[in-house]
Amino acid sequence: MVYYAPQSLPDALGQLAGGDVRIIAGGTDFFPALGEKAAPPKLMDVSRLKELRGISRVENGWRIGAAARWTEIIQADLPPCFDGLKLAAREVGSWQIQNAGTIAGNLCNASPAADGVPPLLSLDAVVELSSTGGVRLLPVADFITGVRRIDLGADELVSAVIVPDQPEGANSHFLKLGARKYLVISIAMVSAVVWLDQHRKIAGARIAVGSCSAVATRLPGLEAALIGHSVAELTDDRDIWTGHLGPLSPISDIRGSGDYRLDSAAELCQRTVLAAMNSKGNARG
Amino acid sequence: MDKPVSDNKIAFRLNNHEVTAEAVVGERLSQTLREKLGQRDVKIGCNAGDCGACTVLVDGNPVCACLTATQQVSGANVETLTGLVADDDTAKKLVETFQDNGAAQCGICTPGMMVTSVALLRQNPRPDTEQIEDALGGVLCRCTGYRKIIDAVHDAAGRENIAKADGSGAVGTTIRRLDGLRKVNGTEKFGDDIAPPDALVLRVVRSPFARAAFTLGDLDEYVARTDGIEAVLSAADIPGRNLFGVIPEFADQPVFAETETRFRGEAVAAVIGSPEIMRDLDMDAFPVEWRELPSSATVSEAIAANAPQLHANRAGNVMCGGLVQCGDADAALANADIVVEGNFRSGFVEHGYIEPEAGYATYENGKVEVHVCTQAPVMNLQALEIILGWNKSRIRIMPTAIGGGFGSKLDISVQPFLALGAIKTGKPVRMTYSRTESMQSTTKRHPSEIHLKIGARKDGSISGFRFFGDFNTGAYASWGPTVANRVPVHASGPYRISDYRAESRGIHTNCPPSGAFRGFGVPQSAIAQETLFDELAEKLGLDGLEFRILNALEDHVPTVCGQVFEQGVGIKACLEALRPGWKAEKAAAKTYNAKAEKDGSPHRMGVGIAGGWYGCGNTSLPNPSTIKAGIRADGSIVLHQGATDIGQGSNTVISQIFAQALGISVHSLELINGDTDLTPDAGKTSASRQTFVSGNAARLSALSMRQQILQLCNAPETATLAFGQGNVTVSYGDETHVIDLAKMAVNGEGYVLVSQESYDPPTKPMDKNGQGSPYAQFGYAAHLVVVKVDTRLGTVKALRFIAAHDVGQAINPMLVEGQVQGGIAQGLGMALMEEYLPGRTENLHDYLIPSVGDMPPVQTIIIEDADAHGPYGAKGLGEHVLIPTAPAILNAIHDATGVRIRQVPATPAAVMAALKGSNDVQKGR
Repeated sequence: MVYYAPQSLPDALGQLAGGDVRIIAGGTDFFPALGEKAAPPKLMDVSRLKELRGISRVENGWRIGAAARWTEIIQADLPPCFDGLKLAAREVGSWQIQNAGTIAGNLCNASPAADGVPPLLSLDAVVELSSTGGVRLLPVADFITGVRRIDLGADELVSAVIVPDQPEGANSHFLKLGARKYLVISIAMVSAVVWLDQHRKIAGARIAVGSCSAVATRLPGLEAALIGHSVAELTDDRDIWTGHLGPLSPISDIRGSGDYRLDSAAELCQRTVLAAMNSKGNARG
Repeated sequence: MDKPVSDNKIAFRLNNHEVTAEAVVGERLSQTLREKLGQRDVKIGCNAGDCGACTVLVDGNPVCACLTATQQVSGANVETLTGLVADDDTAKKLVETFQDNGAAQCGICTPGMMVTSVALLRQNPRPDTEQIEDALGGVLCRCTGYRKIIDAVHDAAGRENIAKADGSGAVGTTIRRLDGLRKVNGTEKFGDDIAPPDALVLRVVRSPFARAAFTLGDLDEYVARTDGIEAVLSAADIPGRNLFGVIPEFADQPVFAETETRFRGEAVAAVIGSPEIMRDLDMDAFPVEWRELPSSATVSEAIAANAPQLHANRAGNVMCGGLVQCGDADAALANADIVVEGNFRSGFVEHGYIEPEAGYATYENGKVEVHVCTQAPVMNLQALEIILGWNKSRIRIMPTAIGGGFGSKLDISVQPFLALGAIKTGKPVRMTYSRTESMQSTTKRHPSEIHLKIGARKDGSISGFRFFGDFNTGAYASWGPTVANRVPVHASGPYRISDYRAESRGIHTNCPPSGAFRGFGVPQSAIAQETLFDELAEKLGLDGLEFRILNALEDHVPTVCGQVFEQGVGIKACLEALRPGWKAEKAAAKTYNAKAEKDGSPHRMGVGIAGGWYGCGNTSLPNPSTIKAGIRADGSIVLHQGATDIGQGSNTVISQIFAQALGISVHSLELINGDTDLTPDAGKTSASRQTFVSGNAARLSALSMRQQILQLCNAPETATLAFGQGNVTVSYGDETHVIDLAKMAVNGEGYVLVSQESYDPPTKPMDKNGQGSPYAQFGYAAHLVVVKVDTRLGTVKALRFIAAHDVGQAINPMLVEGQVQGGIAQGLGMALMEEYLPGRTENLHDYLIPSVGDMPPVQTIIIEDADAHGPYGAKGLGEHVLIPTAPAILNAIHDATGVRIRQVPATPAAVMAALKGSNDVQKGR
């Protein structure tokens, strides 16, 4: 029974290389999964590693430390393209959960309903994986490989999430559908990053849907179809939203049928994109 | 360098003191705080971050202590409720405003609510309502309906018109709960807060299958080879009968199944050991072999010809049925001008109290004492008499504070395990159900399958009413027979119906036992009746409210049981009280919807109403309460108040009644609460009977005490009493007598005067057609709700309620409002989000109860149509509240969208399916 509280990233990576250490950060997924069972004998707490903390401007983008908590993300001074991520952060569990849960923990837990994943997909975010062997960068879409499955070596640690610079003027939005207001697992959710041309028509968009497939996924067909359209056109055109949902494969469960999820995803896509287009880029911090 | 915490000693600041605690690797902070640092004000409701009861501040930020490893707070500053109320000015304000608003009912969520509120107010001294909701969204409350908590936070932030519960204490005045302070300062002791940290811990081995045969392995060998295990319990350890049940003639449930389990989660054995061993015990290593057997999950499966039979003496899995009929329903329906009918369905509803079942037992000198959160201490005692085969003098039930009950904590849960464990080991034993264990194994609201047909004449009067309801009563009877009885009596709603037939059946399935849950089946039947009433009114071209008023029961009009009340029938007054709101809200919704349609908005507003009634006390059965009081030689007055306060406020209400009748201030009373050795039986906290029945017993006891005092000096009835140090002064006219209590003989309990009186409501048995006088009084209610429906996502948001309740006489108006708001929150949950599915929604993130953001403001209209039987005219209230809520919401959804939903919960997916269905129908035309 050992609890490691490494003081530096190299220390942490050395421990990992030694084998069979379970990582804990915010604990908000770790403990519910543990239930009434005993904790694993070797735990390593990475939540206090300074290399994993903080949100900073880096060359060509932003670096969000793996152990950045959702509350830090909500409070960070970030450009409007992060509004969707901030809105998602406000939907992660509750204030208590947001004060503890980390961005990398949300990715590593790899729930189909992880609130953090769609906004990171729509930001084209990349996961930085560190090991004693060096650093590996992997797009979020490649990092999460299935339900509760990630591409993470036994000796690797997620050290940061890198968000590349977004196109000039990009705005974003996020919407989550659940059966109650707070503390709810989503039925469907959509995040969108949208940038407009000088005629206020869509120049480009990245749209990601969560809870409607094993892993949250982008909708490239829809993203392409939206280019060149105005708010007015996209308000009236219903078919464009329902016609590009091919990547989704929603299951039916206690929260809703697959058909309901598909319908909702289309509706949420429309609302999310329109909100991002109309956004003045001032989500509540 | 790496810092392996090998000595496991964690140092941090706790409530302004430096502390060091030992914790094993990955130990939850909640566990360490409670068991190693004595911080029992940190409550554990779910161990999964779903309820927020364990919220503490770590370096000022609220987190769930159950999701924090103790090692993670090394060097940090941790604050809990008791520390905050001692040192923090904001917390001190909240202590006052929570009490003045009645923001704590049972008090189990209160530490989480208050700690979170302190953090909010430190960051944002004047939050708006939305900010308060955002902050409190992670703390679940099942009692209050949240609005009084929001008010308390606003008041602590110093808004204008701060609430004050500063009445005199006389009947009809608002005072703080007499037991309120300990609920808000963290000192209240709930079921898991009694045991010393080193008490042995018991865990139960439960069936993983809905039905299974099983064989226990060599238990002695298991105990011998497993370090730290003291004992194992199974059916073989039961000295009396391995049988219990709340209704003796239906008792059918074993403490431990013997060869076959009948539902997922049924107990087969228990393991007892040291706390360290039990915390990490691998329950999968327990020697038991399972063989899954075919099972029935639903009524239709259970009544099929080849279905497994759950109980040998209940053919076809039919537990029992109920019938009420008068006139000729079929003939009246045949003669009706308009007939409506429908099939209605509801699922299991979980009580969702934030305190899981918990308790602690000791065995000394041949007597077992069980400390437990219970709604029915004397029934617990009676159950243990049978299970142990012991005389009741050797058994004592000492109820702890109860962190929510709502009906389920009437049945026994941990009690026999603890008693058997303490007896077998000779040592103190404790246990607390995990959230999943609580949800799997304790009772639920009955799922219902109802067919109802109602006719009306063109003039709007009802012509024929035919109801049939099947109720899934699960594996064991519990309170199923009560549901089967109550439903036919109440299915008419509070309306005059002369041609009526209502039948019900309780059907056994391999599901958890369905039992008592606020309303005993009536909320389910009200959904059918009140939504069909809306349809009838619509088809008749009548206004829904006026149609109900037209048919409402009145004094001197017989109920469907042929019972005629000469007074106290308040439903019409409740309905009429909604008239102004109904007109205004209907107009506002119309305006809103016209604009929404023009703007292409998907949102539609709707207004719905529903009525309800509920008979207070047992159905045609005796249910006496006894209340005792004593006066000591020093002049102190002690009230032995055995009516369990589960948050509803009986400690306060019954004291107010007693004080009023004795003629003293309620604040001069000392309370002794339920304890089967100290307090006489005040019955169970159930059937909305405590204000009415125990309240009457308290009134009679006070009058008897008063009479004894007056007789000491031959004073007239009109005399006033004033208790002083060692004396009581009796005054009337110009005369004053001072009775020197110190000179009077003291009895064994230390009293110079004692009074003890009982009250049993006057009822009469029902005949084979359900004709009789089942209740001495009914309470009445009518709700109005405004909803907003998102017609493209199916989400329904309740915007506001107006709730009119005839309570006869509000003993304490603040507590009445508390019951109304809390009951509405539960009705809202049942209507929109709650369904327990065994094996699928066994936690508080898959099973949703309303959060603070789901519960809108409630305007409570208190109607006081005094009842001749009630103390000072008071009627029961607790259960009445959620009866109209769900149908009012369904009626509002129809008003907003035009679709009728006949199944709850009306989840977004269900509402959307109904909307799409109706669109498809329209397209097909």
